[in-house]
Amino acid sequence: MPSRIFVTGLGFISGLGNNAQENLNSLLNLRSGIGRIRHIETSLRDELLVSEVRMASEELSCLAGVPSTEAYSRNTLLGIIAAKEAYRHASLGDHPGLRTGLISGTTVGGMDQCEKYYQDFLFNDSKNAFIDIYDCADSTEKIADHLGLKGFMTTISTACSSAANSIMFAARLMKAGKLDCAVAGGTESLTKFHLNGFNALKILDKQLCRPFDAGRNGINLGEGAAYLILETEEANEKTGNRVICELAGYGNACEAFHQTASSPDGTGAYLAMKKALEMSGKTPDAVDYINAHGTGTDNNDLSEGRAIENLFTGKIPWVSSTKPFTGHMTSAAGSAEAIISILGLVHGIVWPNMNFSNQMPELKFRPVTEMIRGANLNLVMSNSFGFGGNDSSLIFKKYGVH
Amino acid sequence: MTSMKPIYINGLGSVSPQDMANSSRFLSEVKRSQSNRLACIEPNYREFISPDILRRMGRLIKMGVASSRICLEDAGCMMPDAIITGTGLGCLEDTEKFLTTLVRNREELLTPTSFIQSTHNTVSAQIALLLKCHNYNFTYVHRGWSFESALIDSLIQLRNGQASTVLAGGMDELTNVSFAITQRLGHWRRKPVETLELLKSTDRGSIAGEGSAFFLLSSSQSPRSYAELAEVYTFNRKTSGKALQTILLDFLERSGIKPGDIDLAVCGINGDTSSARPYKELADNLKNAGIAAWKHLSGEYQTSSSFGLWMASMIMKHQLLPEVAVIRKSEERPFNTILLYNHYLDLNHSFILIRKP
Repeated sequence: MPSRIFVTGLGFISGLGNNAQENLNSLLNLRSGIGRIRHIETSLRDELLVSEVRMASEELSCLAGVPSTEAYSRNTLLGIIAAKEAYRHASLGDHPGLRTGLISGTTVGGMDQCEKYYQDFLFNDSKNAFIDIYDCADSTEKIADHLGLKGFMTTISTACSSAANSIMFAARLMKAGKLDCAVAGGTESLTKFHLNGFNALKILDKQLCRPFDAGRNGINLGEGAAYLILETEEANEKTGNRVICELAGYGNACEAFHQTASSPDGTGAYLAMKKALEMSGKTPDAVDYINAHGTGTDNNDLSEGRAIENLFTGKIPWVSSTKPFTGHMTSAAGSAEAIISILGLVHGIVWPNMNFSNQMPELKFRPVTEMIRGANLNLVMSNSFGFGGNDSSLIFKKYGVH
Repeated sequence: MTSMKPIYINGLGSVSPQDMANSSRFLSEVKRSQSNRLACIEPNYREFISPDILRRMGRLIKMGVASSRICLEDAGCMMPDAIITGTGLGCLEDTEKFLTTLVRNREELLTPTSFIQSTHNTVSAQIALLLKCHNYNFTYVHRGWSFESALIDSLIQLRNGQASTVLAGGMDELTNVSFAITQRLGHWRRKPVETLELLKSTDRGSIAGEGSAFFLLSSSQSPRSYAELAEVYTFNRKTSGKALQTILLDFLERSGIKPGDIDLAVCGINGDTSSARPYKELADNLKNAGIAAWKHLSGEYQTSSSFGLWMASMIMKHQLLPEVAVIRKSEERPFNTILLYNHYLDLNHSFILIRKP
């Protein structure tokens, strides 16, 4: 059975840019995607800050190669664009002998259209085409269509850890010998539904989010999609694709504490990170950088911070949350931040935790606030935690390092 | 494949349109109705959930928690190593509640409770919360492959030793709104149909249903074992470019069995003439096997194969095929190998193979 999983392709669209390179450029230039709402029709428009993908859905249709007259959710369009980029990056289409699967995470699905046409759904037949695209699986099925994938596919919804869990499940399928390659990640568009949901929970910051800051006051939501191409070592010998890095470990645990809140000591976060680390066969001191879930809520950052302190009892690695760049991309956050971590790993960069000014009194460590270039990174960790206490952690290793 | 570690179904729990309270009378008294939708016969939830928690819980969560509790008790398992669920549409009632308020009140006066419960992983999260189970927790949401994905994940973890017990389940709820919308799309019979006549009548559309079924899967056999869960496979008949016969024979070969070994095929026949052909093709390819069906008892929904697996497991354990489920009788023979075949809207097809432990 295969034992090593390589990352050989990346596709990424967010408020920072429409492809991986544009995202990287924005990160390098400390350009945040967060700003005023431009595309979603909501009464919260002037109240909230979000990181929206710059294009309107009609323009996204064009970029995705979809006629704008067809019923597509924004979620699906974002997914197609990012998955196509990753798939082309690794030219997997040229290797028909390999079994390639698609594992995608999402939660809002086609809600952007559903919330627009709900009254029509109930009372007339004019918007029926949008009913069938409401569910989570629709984006996955359409992405597969556009990539020409005919093999195994599934969709995962574990709220804000969905995309991280997709990467994890894809790797397990490959190690079990069921797939040779996978397109794995997640997609999530902003919707009025979850903007209002998070707003009702009173966990959105009306100003720029400030993860790990003593004065932090909540989340800025974001949208986008991010997919990784994973190959087994054996498949990679056939594709000859350049290996970007290795997926060295992953862990999932459940807080079993509260439907939306994290436990004060971060049990779930601790267990997820610990499992991922054990799987990588490394000790805590081998981790060079943690891309934290770091949403900027009171609750998450304290809980995650304590979990990090409990696991990394010696030296605490560089820690930052990159949500001040991308906003919280919810179901796509896991794969988006995996890619941001990988870009840091490959280019020797530790991304700064922007908008930080005051140390949290409860924590001993402070996040990295200035970009570090030329950092010697061998092992990076990316955390994603979701509603339901669904916590996941991924570890990526520089290729060729033991 | 035959050398693979065997995985057992050691417990069952189900809430469905059939009365599950007394499982020893396995489908001997069928709940009949004259309708185009079936609703679950819900248990007294107070037996499973404390009243203060129960008050806030959405209906699908209650059904999920209750059926998972019944399952764990049936298996004598206190704490599974993983909880893995599949649901097509998740907590619809809460989603509709939040959406309706959002639309009617123009984004004002929203309370977070229904939003919190609207996420698809709420059922598995609530089961974990009530068990205080910190282990692996996943939710799959891919239409007619939601439950199958949960089983595939379970089998991998049990076979590679990451888990020795997995609580796996599938659940979906039917609401008035979702019924009305899908009725307009032509999914269901226009006129009410007598439950036991559904599969005999020739008309377009099925009957809508709902339910939750859980399975305690284990890498060790117990005296309570219902069946061995041998293999699960999902495919799209159209995009695969292969005939169902080829897909079936490949699947059986990979599983190390011959078509003649199948004693019974439990099929997702749903009374909709336009979706009947694949089931007929399967039956034609398994000449010696008996054919049984479940959707006239559960209704059609994305995760109804979980009810199908519940029924197949009961048939295997009790070596009893209830008359109400029979579509085609075979010669008298023990049920050693049962193949479950289902498709959802002819898009999501799946095979689930179980064997006598």
